[in-house]
Amino acid sequence: MAKVNSKAASVVFEHVTKVYGKDVVAVNDVSLTIAEGKLVTLLGPSGCGKTTTLRMIAGLEMATKGRILIGDKDVTTLPATDRDVSMVFQSYALFPHMTVMENVSYGLKFSGFSKSEMTERADAGLSLVGLDGYGKRLPSELSGGQQQRVAVARALVLEPQVLLFDEPLSNLDAKLRRHVREEIREIQQNLGLTVVYVTHDQEEALAVSDEIVVMRNAAIAQIGPPRALYDAPADTFVADFIGEANLVDCEIVTIDGDSAEVAVGTVRHRLPARGLKPGKGTLAIRPSRVRIVAGAGLAATVEKVTYVGARMEYSFAGDFGRIFGISDNVDASYEVGQSVQIGLAESGPVLVPDTG
Amino acid sequence: MRQVTSEKTTHPVLIFWIIAGWVGFCLLPWYGVEEFWHFEWLLDGWPLDIDHAPAVFLLAQGEKLWLLPMLPALIAPLLVLRRRKTDPVFAKELLAAGAFGFAWLTAQGLGIGIRGWNAGWLEALFGPLDNRQYGMGYGALIAASSFLFLFTQGVAARGAINGDVFVTGAIGGVIAVVTIFVFFPIAKLMVAAFITEDGSYSILVFLAKFFDDRIWGLGCLSGGRCGVAWNSLFLAVLVGILTTLLGLVFALVLTRSGFRFKRGLRALTVLPIITPPFVIGLAIILLFGLSGAVTTWFADLVGVRPTRWVYGLPGILIAQVLAFTPIAFLVLIGVVEGVSPSMEEAAQTLRANRWQTFRSVSLPLMRPGLANAFLLGFIESMADFGNPLVLGGNYDVLSTEIFFAIVGAQYDQGRAAVLAIVLLGFTLVAFYLQRFWLGRKSYTTVTGKGDAGVHPEMPRGLAVPVYAIAALWAAFTVVIYGMILYGSVVQLWGVDNTLTFKHYLTAFSIRLEEGGIRWTGSAWDSFWTTMLISTVAAPLTAAMGLITAYLLTRQNFAGKRSFEFGTMLSFAIPGTVIGVSYILAFNVPPIEITGTGLILVISFIFRNMPVGVRAGIASMSQLDKSLDESSLTLGANSWQTFRAVILPLLRPAILAALVYSFVRAMTAISAVIFLVSARYDMATSYIIGRVENNDYGLAIAYSTALIFVMLSAVGLLQLLVGRTQIGRRLAHEHGGA
Repeated sequence: MAKVNSKAASVVFEHVTKVYGKDVVAVNDVSLTIAEGKLVTLLGPSGCGKTTTLRMIAGLEMATKGRILIGDKDVTTLPATDRDVSMVFQSYALFPHMTVMENVSYGLKFSGFSKSEMTERADAGLSLVGLDGYGKRLPSELSGGQQQRVAVARALVLEPQVLLFDEPLSNLDAKLRRHVREEIREIQQNLGLTVVYVTHDQEEALAVSDEIVVMRNAAIAQIGPPRALYDAPADTFVADFIGEANLVDCEIVTIDGDSAEVAVGTVRHRLPARGLKPGKGTLAIRPSRVRIVAGAGLAATVEKVTYVGARMEYSFAGDFGRIFGISDNVDASYEVGQSVQIGLAESGPVLVPDTG
Repeated sequence: MRQVTSEKTTHPVLIFWIIAGWVGFCLLPWYGVEEFWHFEWLLDGWPLDIDHAPAVFLLAQGEKLWLLPMLPALIAPLLVLRRRKTDPVFAKELLAAGAFGFAWLTAQGLGIGIRGWNAGWLEALFGPLDNRQYGMGYGALIAASSFLFLFTQGVAARGAINGDVFVTGAIGGVIAVVTIFVFFPIAKLMVAAFITEDGSYSILVFLAKFFDDRIWGLGCLSGGRCGVAWNSLFLAVLVGILTTLLGLVFALVLTRSGFRFKRGLRALTVLPIITPPFVIGLAIILLFGLSGAVTTWFADLVGVRPTRWVYGLPGILIAQVLAFTPIAFLVLIGVVEGVSPSMEEAAQTLRANRWQTFRSVSLPLMRPGLANAFLLGFIESMADFGNPLVLGGNYDVLSTEIFFAIVGAQYDQGRAAVLAIVLLGFTLVAFYLQRFWLGRKSYTTVTGKGDAGVHPEMPRGLAVPVYAIAALWAAFTVVIYGMILYGSVVQLWGVDNTLTFKHYLTAFSIRLEEGGIRWTGSAWDSFWTTMLISTVAAPLTAAMGLITAYLLTRQNFAGKRSFEFGTMLSFAIPGTVIGVSYILAFNVPPIEITGTGLILVISFIFRNMPVGVRAGIASMSQLDKSLDESSLTLGANSWQTFRAVILPLLRPAILAALVYSFVRAMTAISAVIFLVSARYDMATSYIIGRVENNDYGLAIAYSTALIFVMLSAVGLLQLLVGRTQIGRRLAHEHGGA
């Protein structure tokens, strides 16, 4: 029985720029290294250049400037056909006139495998995604989730150096999404594949990635592992895009080495300085880190209370503006109009530089 | 308060049709009057004169007693007026009255004709009848409609299609007219093939005519001449293949290349659509005929005598390929653009190179388009009448043979019918083979959500020949149209090349006199008839097409597939066959309309309806069904929904259908040539007449004028489409303010 193996390789972008037409800059001077065997997500709002970046790795778009290397080999001018990369499309792009088997063995046909080896590998690919015995069906006879798996199998059996996913979950319903993304992650880790994954869903990105590349306006806003991005966003844009964040104006009073003392209204708080200077600053506080304290805190009134089953959602108003908070305690909730004190938890609020 | 419909005891639609039935029976002349749109009969002895009398007055005078049984069918619906719609008696009575009335009306119409009983067995059964009747008129038409819609209201009251009166009525109406104007003539045609000279039926006569050597002979294999069937088939297959290939070439240049002047190329390929097909044949003669520019130039160059080489297969082939390539192109451009770019990109990321991608993904996905384009080219070539007539020489084809069997010295309706059956057989087999070839495979992108992407360019090995062919063909088209324009202002082609407006003056001169303008040109009569008929036919065609499309996309009912097949069938029936079958069917009562303008309008409606249906289906499937449903839940009925929600959103499709049917009505010849009369001569048949008299100058000048008329019609359409879009935006802003 053949097995699907991996020939994972790294991807390197060196000052890559892509310009459409005369002056539409889709990707601007991006440098980036994706280590082999890692799953890296390109995340950002629509129009940020993430799909263009992915398509440049695939060879479907050619870089205007800069160099692209896959596994130390310069592929900048190589067309898609000649790159050892395969891609799972948002629409899956299954060939409707071919059976599942023909779809999966399509790429093998052009890679010089013998007929028997082709069948063997395609079978292995199908069984890897749990679709043994579906080979004779037409794509139109499969459910959305099954079509998605065929698309994954079709890309996997080529054992590409890099596997690309373009918003693979966007055509699936919400329940299936979690399941499929876990499967993709599992296959990637078991085979040690290099995967580049495009999404605009931050939760999906946090869940599957080894590393996330947040993009904004054709450039990279921040690169880092999910936890680093969530806990220490590089700027207000990243803070707000990755999980919600309450952005509260503050005053940086003093800097003492690595730590800073900030003032929000009457409350003072110590936290890492992150290289900032005294003056005006912005605090990012995750909704889950908003705490109601007994003692002195930020004076606020409860403005809205929403019960969403697993937790309570609150909106607080005060001199600092509005803060959105969530609490797991659904049994004892606060009332609308109640006055409360909001404390700044030990770990949680972070200073973020303003987006440039 | 809005009342729940099922509880109402007043039925406005029902009352309307009951009144219509009575009006048809008691007030309007039952039999046909000379001119459908003239009302001289009002002053000419109506209502007592037997020729113009309504049915009731005929019966009162003891005439046409077989009309009497319709009276109870008219009275019965009156009895249900006070009942509720949910009452089973309501439905039963309407069903019975409508069905009986309609059936009786049809039966007496078919049974009794101008010579008494129409069939021997009726006479044997009921004894001799010394009375007669002519074709039906307003009265019968209105009464028949009344019976039909009473019946459909009965069906609706039984709960079919959610009791929707409009939808059942529309289905009933479409079925009735398609049966009368498509199936009935074809049936008549089939029957006519069996008729012997003395009026009886014989299968031997049919077989003798069918297996005639002139139809199926294979003499050409041994140096002689082949039968017309083989000639037609060979020509049609060649034309189908060539037009499909050329259409594909143009579609590829437009979608898969970096070609700069795409708009120009597009205009060039569409130009032949607004050209009467045989005009291209005329241009071919100007170029390659005995005194054609190319022929004489080549003869001088090589030093041989010019020949008539172009007459026959080469000429017809060139002309038809030129004329029908745009149709193939229009079919293919949609399909070629419709192949999702991500399919091709996926193939590329799966290590297929451009050529492999094109061959294994792009081309197979274009298969439905290729099949459709081939079928269209095949049918158009089979039906084409003008080009073989102009250029055929000794190469006889079915369509011209049919024409000569009907109008020529041989006057043999049976032979015409047999030839038409052969022609119809070919196209239906092609239709069936196409379905078979496409098979069960799916060619549409599976998921709705597409990704952005670009079509890859053609592989180089393909691009070079594609460019070369496209360039050559484009140049050829330009030359052809140059010839048409030039030929229209030349004294006498090849003999006297001085420039003159003589032909335009002969055709389109006007004189200003005291009484106003006098249209003295010889072409004005047929020109105004053509304009009138086309203008009347276009909206009717569009309406029929869109209503049918609405029923097919938006409603579910039993027998929907055969309904669809029936409405699309006339698409596979060549115009020549329509022409012959209309003559056979509508020359005698009960529907006697040959020689009128009405028959031309009707033939255009049913010839061009399938295009309206397709356009309607295409754009209606874009509109989400929830739009209708929300309108229905807001209290509108399905007619109000159709009118207020669907129609406004379909404006572009409506305009496209309108222009298409207008243009087709102006350029059509194959069916028209059989149906024109001295009173109603169409432009195309007039031109063909001029050509037969070797009056090429006038013919070409007239054709050129027609092309410009249609150009302005298309331009007007684009203006209208543009304006509606602006209108929508303005409305939106207004609403927002």
